[in-house]
Amino acid sequence: MKFIEFFGIAVKSLLANKLRSVLTMLGMIIGVSAVIILMSVGAGLQNMITSTFDELGTNLLFVQPANPEAPGLASLAPGYATASLTMDNIQAIANLRSVTAAVPANENFVKVVAGNKDFLSVMHGSNSGYQELYGFKMGAGQFISEVNVARRDMVIVLGSKVAEELFGNEDPVGKQVKIRDKRFTIIGVMEPRGMSMFGISWDELVVTPITTFQARLFSQKTPSGDDAVQQITAQIDSGWTLDEAKLEIETLLRKLHRIKAGDKDDFSIMSPEQLLSTFETITMALTVFLGLIGSISLLVGGIGIMNIMLVSVTERTREIGLRKAIGAKRRDILVQFLLEAAMLSLSGGAIGLLGAWLVTLGISLVDLGGFKLNAVVSPLIVLVAVLVSVFIGLASGIYPAMRAARLNPIDALHYG
Amino acid sequence: MIKLQNATKVYHMGKVQIQALRRVSLTIEQGEMVSIIGASGSGKSTLMNIIGFLDKLTTGTYTFEGGDVSGLNDNRLAELRNKKIGFVFQDYNLLRRANAAANVELPLVYAGGARKRQRALEALERVGLAARANHKPTELSGGEQQRVAIARALVNNPALVLADEPTGNLDTVSSAEIMAIFCKLNQEGITVVMVTHEMEIALQTKRIIRIRDGQIISDEKVGVAVK
Repeated sequence: MKFIEFFGIAVKSLLANKLRSVLTMLGMIIGVSAVIILMSVGAGLQNMITSTFDELGTNLLFVQPANPEAPGLASLAPGYATASLTMDNIQAIANLRSVTAAVPANENFVKVVAGNKDFLSVMHGSNSGYQELYGFKMGAGQFISEVNVARRDMVIVLGSKVAEELFGNEDPVGKQVKIRDKRFTIIGVMEPRGMSMFGISWDELVVTPITTFQARLFSQKTPSGDDAVQQITAQIDSGWTLDEAKLEIETLLRKLHRIKAGDKDDFSIMSPEQLLSTFETITMALTVFLGLIGSISLLVGGIGIMNIMLVSVTERTREIGLRKAIGAKRRDILVQFLLEAAMLSLSGGAIGLLGAWLVTLGISLVDLGGFKLNAVVSPLIVLVAVLVSVFIGLASGIYPAMRAARLNPIDALHYG
Repeated sequence: MIKLQNATKVYHMGKVQIQALRRVSLTIEQGEMVSIIGASGSGKSTLMNIIGFLDKLTTGTYTFEGGDVSGLNDNRLAELRNKKIGFVFQDYNLLRRANAAANVELPLVYAGGARKRQRALEALERVGLAARANHKPTELSGGEQQRVAIARALVNNPALVLADEPTGNLDTVSSAEIMAIFCKLNQEGITVVMVTHEMEIALQTKRIIRIRDGQIISDEKVGVAVK
């Protein structure tokens, strides 16, 4: 089979110029690995978000403050949105017929100190409904009660990881921790969940009454002077559709916030699907953008191959002349040079793929401050990388190969 | 075997027309050993390229082994070169990176067929270089390199060996060796046509065709008297 022999010829001629071949491949190596790493990171981000929402369930609506004047997604940015939700709003939403529970969550990062140990944790200020709504089970002690909320008690419930890090095997219930130099009594420890939300492990959370959070730790007021609520999660009765419930909540809040007909809401209500698609839009845009940057390096790699193939054709003009004289047809010469270009590109792509795989493994291992990104090299990405490499090889090889194939054997034999 | 009738070749160099061959008619029979001599620019190389299917006539006809080849396309001509012709060039044109056997094998890559390496070794045997089969061209003398080139010309059992100044780069001892090989091949029945400008070389062939300004000016059998 001629093709196999051409393959051998291509391998030999690439090996004959090792340094040149490697340098040419470098363009493809960098290009392919850049594209794959960037796409894998994008896919990892997307996976992280999707899995979070899968755990949460579909009968929830998220109510957040929004800036009615800001366009699109910007209206939800915490920096732009005015604090518009109040403690009264929670109760009002909970009383709606379509809603079975309304749970607030004010959130911030805190350093939890116990003796000489400390742990960086995410604190949620919430009420007694939090445990059931998010499906936490108690490993020890009990969850915060409505009494705790009403009295602004300095009590705290620890995530399993927090308890383990600070107290080891001891039972922390009844002991005290310090947060921002204030003493909190531990009333309960939650069972391990082993999942995360936006990269933050649920086992690293601590929960305190929302009133305590507002009054003693992170005070935030609405323009009218009430304590502000960052987010309300409403659990919807199974007899209602999300759209019906959403309309009911919206009508209620517009009335409570005295929004005139025709004006925009100063809050937003999103279903998990909507939130998911919002995040997917963002990560997709990010992935495409990152992919484009990588593609530029691929393009440069392709130009490098074309360049070196043109040099190679010129250098080997006499060889081409000889091959034609002894019986090589145009097609034979074309295939020989195309194969060389494709092999340069494909081996560069393969090395790039391997490199990218190692880098994504590395990325997945690195803990970005309680935030692990599971970058994945999927079979699809591998397939695309291989096809793209071959395509670039052929595309950048076709012109040099055609030049070689068209050479007149007489002129070529007397070249140089 | 080779029959040219009113063969004319015109090259266009920009606006200038160059008549490389002017109405050349020539017949070479199977088994002949012919030299074509002439000064540079005389048209002898053009004649050689035409005979070797490397170039096409502008007008006139070329009949090879009884078939008209004037109108054949590039692919058919490439096949003819591969199957019928063995080329030997002044500067050998060996692939530097490949050893002698691989160089000899080269025409078989395009011809296809089995036992390539073995046939290459047999061809090297015919030129007395079997022992150097694994040497690269850079490890061989000029005479040896030209013998490798001759083996490459022979490997596909050609009807015609075409040699373009085959001894042009060689010393007298090597030249004599190369000419001896050509004579031996001719005795074995292969038609040999060589282009040269050295009378000494031409005299070792059986027929001398002189060419000047694209025309044949003499065509003589080499007799004992000339020697």
